[in-house]
Amino acid sequence: MRSMRLLGLKTFRHGVHPPESKDETSGLAIRQFPFAPLLIVPLVQHMGAPSLPLVEEGEEVSRGQRIARADGFMSVSMHAPASGVVRRIALAPSIGGRMVPAVYLEPFPGSTQEVEDGTPCPLDTATPDEMIAAIQDAGVVGLGGAAFPTHVKLKIPEDKFVDTLIINGVECEPFLTTDHRVMLEQSRDIFMGIRYLLKITGAEKVIIAVEANKPDAANHLREAFPSDLDGSVAVLQVKYPQGAEKMLFSALLGREVPSGGLPLDIHALCCNVATAAQIGHLLPLGQGIHERVITVTGPAVKRKGNYRIPIGTPLRFLLEHVGVEEDVNRVFLGGPMMGAAASSLDISITKGTSGVTAFTDSAAERTHSQVYPCIRCGYCVDACPIFLNPSLLGMLAANEEFSSMTEEHNLMDCFECGSCSFVCPSHIPLVQQFRAAKAAVRKAKAGAA
Amino acid sequence: MAKSGKTLEIRTSPHILSGYSVDTIMFNVVLALLPVTAFAVFAFGLAGLLTLCMAVASCVLTEDLICRASGKPTTVGDWSVTITGILYGLTLPPNLPLWMVAVGGVICVAVGKALFGGLGYNTFNPALVGRAVLQAAFPVAMTSWIPGFGAGRFSSLPLSTLTLPFTAPEYDALTSATPLALWKFSREATATSDLALGFTSGSAGETSAVLILLGGIYLIARNMMNWRIPASIFASVVVISGALHLADPARYASPAFMLFSGGLMLGAVFMATDMVGSPMTSRGCYLYGALIGLVTVVIRTWGGLPEGVMYAILLGNAVTPHLDRWTRPKVYGARGKEAAS
Repeated sequence: MRSMRLLGLKTFRHGVHPPESKDETSGLAIRQFPFAPLLIVPLVQHMGAPSLPLVEEGEEVSRGQRIARADGFMSVSMHAPASGVVRRIALAPSIGGRMVPAVYLEPFPGSTQEVEDGTPCPLDTATPDEMIAAIQDAGVVGLGGAAFPTHVKLKIPEDKFVDTLIINGVECEPFLTTDHRVMLEQSRDIFMGIRYLLKITGAEKVIIAVEANKPDAANHLREAFPSDLDGSVAVLQVKYPQGAEKMLFSALLGREVPSGGLPLDIHALCCNVATAAQIGHLLPLGQGIHERVITVTGPAVKRKGNYRIPIGTPLRFLLEHVGVEEDVNRVFLGGPMMGAAASSLDISITKGTSGVTAFTDSAAERTHSQVYPCIRCGYCVDACPIFLNPSLLGMLAANEEFSSMTEEHNLMDCFECGSCSFVCPSHIPLVQQFRAAKAAVRKAKAGAA
Repeated sequence: MAKSGKTLEIRTSPHILSGYSVDTIMFNVVLALLPVTAFAVFAFGLAGLLTLCMAVASCVLTEDLICRASGKPTTVGDWSVTITGILYGLTLPPNLPLWMVAVGGVICVAVGKALFGGLGYNTFNPALVGRAVLQAAFPVAMTSWIPGFGAGRFSSLPLSTLTLPFTAPEYDALTSATPLALWKFSREATATSDLALGFTSGSAGETSAVLILLGGIYLIARNMMNWRIPASIFASVVVISGALHLADPARYASPAFMLFSGGLMLGAVFMATDMVGSPMTSRGCYLYGALIGLVTVVIRTWGGLPEGVMYAILLGNAVTPHLDRWTRPKVYGARGKEAAS
């Protein structure tokens, strides 16, 4: 059945087929999530320098108001997720356990929570540079999970050009249906965002990439596709990690990003569909990101769904509101393939959080089975989307032969999709070893420099 | 949850696994071997049953004892040694003296597996290591065969089976030549249908090609066997022996005979595909299969022995690391890097 549906669709070579587990939430419309009694807005929600707070303790703010500004180019603004009062500016735990500066905001209980508009950035009259500045001011980062500041990606050097813009609506991560719902419900914002992005990058055409398991989204976008835009909606095979931009470029354009290079080197640019929708929604109004759509799901969640949730909502409040099973023991920000395990329930939802997945400790979802020696089955070699030999790298990692791993076996090209660990019948924590090895290599390099 | 005060588990992604596990793969290989094992017992009666039991018991016990002696938990539970035992038993003449079976079983595991470092490190297929040693040590016993489907096979044993340890076996008048020996020494061909169904004499498990293929198809369907390896071996045997047969049908056996006789089926489907000793890359698997097919035909045609599958696979095992290195796929983006620099 599956192979029939996939027949003739584009894709990349290798990859894996984890269970999709999307049926329980893909049909549920986006609902507004209530305000927590205390929102904790970290000032580091993106890759780059922490934002600098513009408010003081005790100050009253309105929803959408800018509360922190970018510290340099590799940084973005932050906006108040609710009308309320700043209780304090202090450290708060982040996903990895590290403490980061954050604004603690107590929403006014009786407020109508109108969103404050700013200075609009009109599509017709603004220059590309003004649009890039507006995107930085709006605090836009990649909503697919990496949280890379979008305006940095859009600043194209003089000697480069972009011919194709790819809008990534693949959402290959199991369980998550955020992008799926955004494509169904916010197509107008998406196409507005695409217009901004085309104008900024100078790309000639746009391809919206959707996996074959979301035919309703693909059809809807095809119907809504503006006739004056040059582009198409491409339906891709259901395969993980189809949503990685490198895999999209090889599937859609037949181009490979050079090892250690950037998509600009192959004249392509990839932007997550929810990010495009935010740009299309925020820029005409002059607003900033103060909420986002996330999927709350997993076997341990009682009221699964797709929620528009204020940035800074604490995980504890979120889980109490949706209800979780008694035997929950693992909570991930993101999905189960690439998501990070939450170390504390006091961390909050940030711009890069595309979902929250909670698992129970039932045996069916066991991930820590007995580890066997590598039997050279080659499953990982057939899974790796960038054609590394994870088995060999794993053996080298166990011996800490980092220089051989990087120089002869391309360790640094690994983008940690986890396909090798997923298929390994010996349950060797391959991608974990690679993360550690990469960190060690980077540290050694920094020390030598 | 917050109220129960339970702790959260923190692990790195991915947080889900495919469900494949070494022990489930190995157990499925054992399952796939059951039909051909049952046929061996049916064809050779008590002698076949005792040979197989002794082969499995000696392998499993040796692994268990070595684990105990080195103070490690036993690895018998991963089923890999059971496969070694069954495969080893299936490659033996069913009337081989039981003491020789036991000696070979100890060598399979102690030399072929444990000495190399255990599961995952055994460069050579352990079952074939044991068999190769027996072939060198007991050349007569290893090439004396009984015909299958003997009338009294479930009530009596061949004379040789119960030979006292370390004494030379005696043989009944009833020993018979294998199809390969018939061809090699008297140019006598056996009907392909007899070969495919297993109505010939030979090692316990190498007689029924159909049941072997059935087991292979089961494993391929469950993604527990690399189909490229048997496919490439078959293709290479058919092409090479076909060319020879066309040139001189009287001297060179037909491709169908080559395919269905001797240990080729069992070797191609169950032994060359041992994950540990075969290449990981797809191109490597094709080359590996082609090499095994070539060496098999060469030994059978021009060598001193009627059969060469065992040596062909051991040679394939030996070059596997090189094949993996030579066929390393180009990493994503490597081409662009060259172009850019």
